[in-house]
Amino acid sequence: MNFEFTEEQLMIKQAARDFAVRELLPDVLERDASSRFPARQMKMLAELGFFGMCVDPKYDGGGMDNISYVLALEEFAKIDASAAVVLAVHNSLACYGIEHYANEEQKQRFLPALARGEKIGAFLLSEPEAGSDATSQKTTAEDKGDYYLINGTKNWITSADNAGTYIVIAQTDREKKHKGINAFILDRHSPGISLGPHEDKMGMRSSDTHSVMFTDVKVPKENRIGEDGFGFSFAMKLLDGGRIGIAAQAIGIAGGAFDLALKYSKERKAFGTEICNHQAIAFKLAEMAVKLENGRNLVLKSAWLKDNGLPYGLQSAMAKQYCADSAMEITTEAVQIHGGYGYVKEYHVERLMREAKVTQIYEGTSEIQKIVISRTILKD
Amino acid sequence: MSIIVFSENRTGKIKKHSLDAVAYAAHISKSTSQPIVAISIGNVSIEELAVLAKYGASKIISVNKENWQNHDSRAYTKLIAEIVEKENANMVIFNHSNIGKALAPRLSVRLKAGLASNVVALPVTISPLVFTRKSYNGSAFQHMQINSAKCVVTLNPNSCEVTENQVAVNIVDYTPTVEAEIKTKVENVDLVTGKILLTEASIVVSGGRGLKSGDNWKPVEELAAALGAGLACSRPVSDEGWRSHEEHVGQTGKIIAPDLYIAIGISGAIQHIGGISGTKVIVAIDKDKDAPIFSYANYGIIGDAFTVLPNLINSVKKFKAQ
Amino acid sequence: MKILVCIGNVPDTTTKIRFDAEMKNLDTNGVQWVINPWDELALTRALEIKEQSAGKIEKVSVINIGKVDAEQTIRKALAIGADDAFRVDADPTDPYFIAAQIAEVAKAQNYEIIFSGIESSDFNGAAVGSMVAELLDLPSVSAVSSFEFNDGNIVLKREIDGGKETVSVQAPFVAIVQKGISINPRIPAMRGIMMARTKPINVSAPVAVDSLVEAKTFDVPAPKAACKMVDAEDTDKLIELLHGEAKVL
Repeated sequence: MNFEFTEEQLMIKQAARDFAVRELLPDVLERDASSRFPARQMKMLAELGFFGMCVDPKYDGGGMDNISYVLALEEFAKIDASAAVVLAVHNSLACYGIEHYANEEQKQRFLPALARGEKIGAFLLSEPEAGSDATSQKTTAEDKGDYYLINGTKNWITSADNAGTYIVIAQTDREKKHKGINAFILDRHSPGISLGPHEDKMGMRSSDTHSVMFTDVKVPKENRIGEDGFGFSFAMKLLDGGRIGIAAQAIGIAGGAFDLALKYSKERKAFGTEICNHQAIAFKLAEMAVKLENGRNLVLKSAWLKDNGLPYGLQSAMAKQYCADSAMEITTEAVQIHGGYGYVKEYHVERLMREAKVTQIYEGTSEIQKIVISRTILKD
Repeated sequence: MSIIVFSENRTGKIKKHSLDAVAYAAHISKSTSQPIVAISIGNVSIEELAVLAKYGASKIISVNKENWQNHDSRAYTKLIAEIVEKENANMVIFNHSNIGKALAPRLSVRLKAGLASNVVALPVTISPLVFTRKSYNGSAFQHMQINSAKCVVTLNPNSCEVTENQVAVNIVDYTPTVEAEIKTKVENVDLVTGKILLTEASIVVSGGRGLKSGDNWKPVEELAAALGAGLACSRPVSDEGWRSHEEHVGQTGKIIAPDLYIAIGISGAIQHIGGISGTKVIVAIDKDKDAPIFSYANYGIIGDAFTVLPNLINSVKKFKAQ
Repeated sequence: MKILVCIGNVPDTTTKIRFDAEMKNLDTNGVQWVINPWDELALTRALEIKEQSAGKIEKVSVINIGKVDAEQTIRKALAIGADDAFRVDADPTDPYFIAAQIAEVAKAQNYEIIFSGIESSDFNGAAVGSMVAELLDLPSVSAVSSFEFNDGNIVLKREIDGGKETVSVQAPFVAIVQKGISINPRIPAMRGIMMARTKPINVSAPVAVDSLVEAKTFDVPAPKAACKMVDAEDTDKLIELLHGEAKVL
């Protein structure tokens, strides 16, 4: 069993790290305070090929494997979880969804611009009344013959304003319940789409989050992904893979907090010595290190399974649940290790703790992950 | 067999570090009894050249010809090689400066003379000839043995005790035999006049991010003026545009080795320390008692720069007035 | 015209420098290897020049003197954008040896412009570039902080005491570059990383070179005495110490 990375994977990890330190770190605190989107950096990331990094080169993608992808996401998240989530949604949901489930004509139409990062992708599933319970779609997509008419509201949409391409999930036939749900590719500026105000969030404030309202939005039949009624299955399959990216993001946030706490503990003195020499702190660091190692291994294994065409739903749910919950624990301890300094924005760890929380909630709450896990392990 | 020291000059004055290099040669000569010959290229007066004799140079070869005024590494190398031959020198010492780095390696190849560059101390042994040089950006020292008959050295400041050693001197106005085949043309010179050269200053006052803004530099400048010191800064300060890149001291900026370096509001990142590793005495002023700079400094004050600096400036003025 | 960039394979600058028991060789356990930072800036600038030269510069190559473990670093240079690479299969023992190998390849392959970083972060010799120039009897310009190609009418800025000198030169020549030549080294793009898979690394055997110097042992600096703290109120005392004790004032 080979646990080593290839030279190329390491190069990608290092490139992500260098970019994060050089371009994301300098204004990350300011962007967090003012909720400002990292537009300049996103353009640079597009030029470097991080948008669409796993998309097939024939669609202008990077053709990289999922291991490279999660390594890069982790490095970005250590410093800027907002930038990481924009990339994760774009790559894991928008790009992957279209590349693997859309037809060739749709791929030609939408994928290259996404792969080049000319357009950012967003995924619209959650609603005001439907989060975990995705089957209760209230947004409708009425079948009008050669087009669909979409009405409704989507909530908590990452990159709603900065995206250029939306994938929208909506109910066409309520009788068929979840088999009557469809998925559509839309242009963000389609007539009838309007955005709610930018959410004032606890964390990941540099990524823009809005409600999106659909009022009689026309979508041509050609924009529907897959057969009629494929939408729910499509969304679930997508989220299975999306989990891996979010898990990488979560463990990245945790890793960033751990690195800061480790460094601080070697410099800060109390009771005559550096605090890392006190067992209470050393043990905290040890526990954090174990969780990080476990989380990373789960992420990498999930990515490896996906790369090798093997089923990954169980492991990706495990990775997401474990990494998100660990991120919350690790960032909390990191703040604790910093003492008073941990409570102050300048030291970054309080931001990481605020950022960790949502990883337990979005793209399937930790509770939903446990449903997925328990159902899988209890199956005959 | 003489020792040649290549002396540098600026605005007609011989640079202090070149005098130090002559003193270094004099130390070696104590064991080897070799005469010391200094080379000077450029327009330097006889009175000024004679200062080299104060430190032990008994012969000074001055090249002050029109077609040799502008530095061209290839041409100058040929010229120095010619003089090496004439003076039967077995060692040529340069400063580890931009000029030394441009000439010494070329000369080393031309003479097939082993190069000991970035030297920081007197030779460990004369026979065999072993030099101590800086490596790993100052984290380690390397002992390097010269196996060739001749050798070329580039020398850092503070490599030895600089003592005067006045000798009688013969100053020669030299006309090179070799052609000045200049292939690099100087179009323009842009000098930042009026400021004390950072690489030559024996005292340097340096400011870091702890000063919060470029607008807060007045006390730093005042302290530097009171001390007759050069002005420097850390990388974030020049990256932010608070101070010019000319002042940036660090691994990727200027590497200096003054006698006294006063670091104000500088945390002491390893890359900054890499820029001052040859400094004799480091003083750190910072309000964070855990700042890494204090583990590199010889003296430290924990306090707010804005309260400490005015007091320090007064203390310096009091001292200078004595 | 072609540009050859000399790249050194060095330990990442945050590495804790340790040696073996005999103090002869670096302890390479856990060391991350990178392109020598100054060479990386040189390569970044060379690529910019090529991209802006409207084809006048046909390619940028890199050369490294090292054993096969240096190829990871060479491939990063290819990923950043170098067209191809040369590796002379030998340990980079000292600048003269290294320069002789580079000169051999540069001459055989007819490179008109050679770039070298001013020094390497491990050896700190500040010699290779100038030595290559002398071996090839080419002009060299050192401490170069800016390089404009101008269709072959090359204009450089080099650092001199108290300022900068603008120098014009014609190829063939060697540019020894330092900080300022490029603001930041290039980060490899995904496309570049993919293309690096197929770019050639031409490996050759070293030529024999006289051994003019011999590296002996290393020493680490003596641990520093603890910092003497002076009260913030008592700046007079600090001046007294600097004058009387340290003797620097």
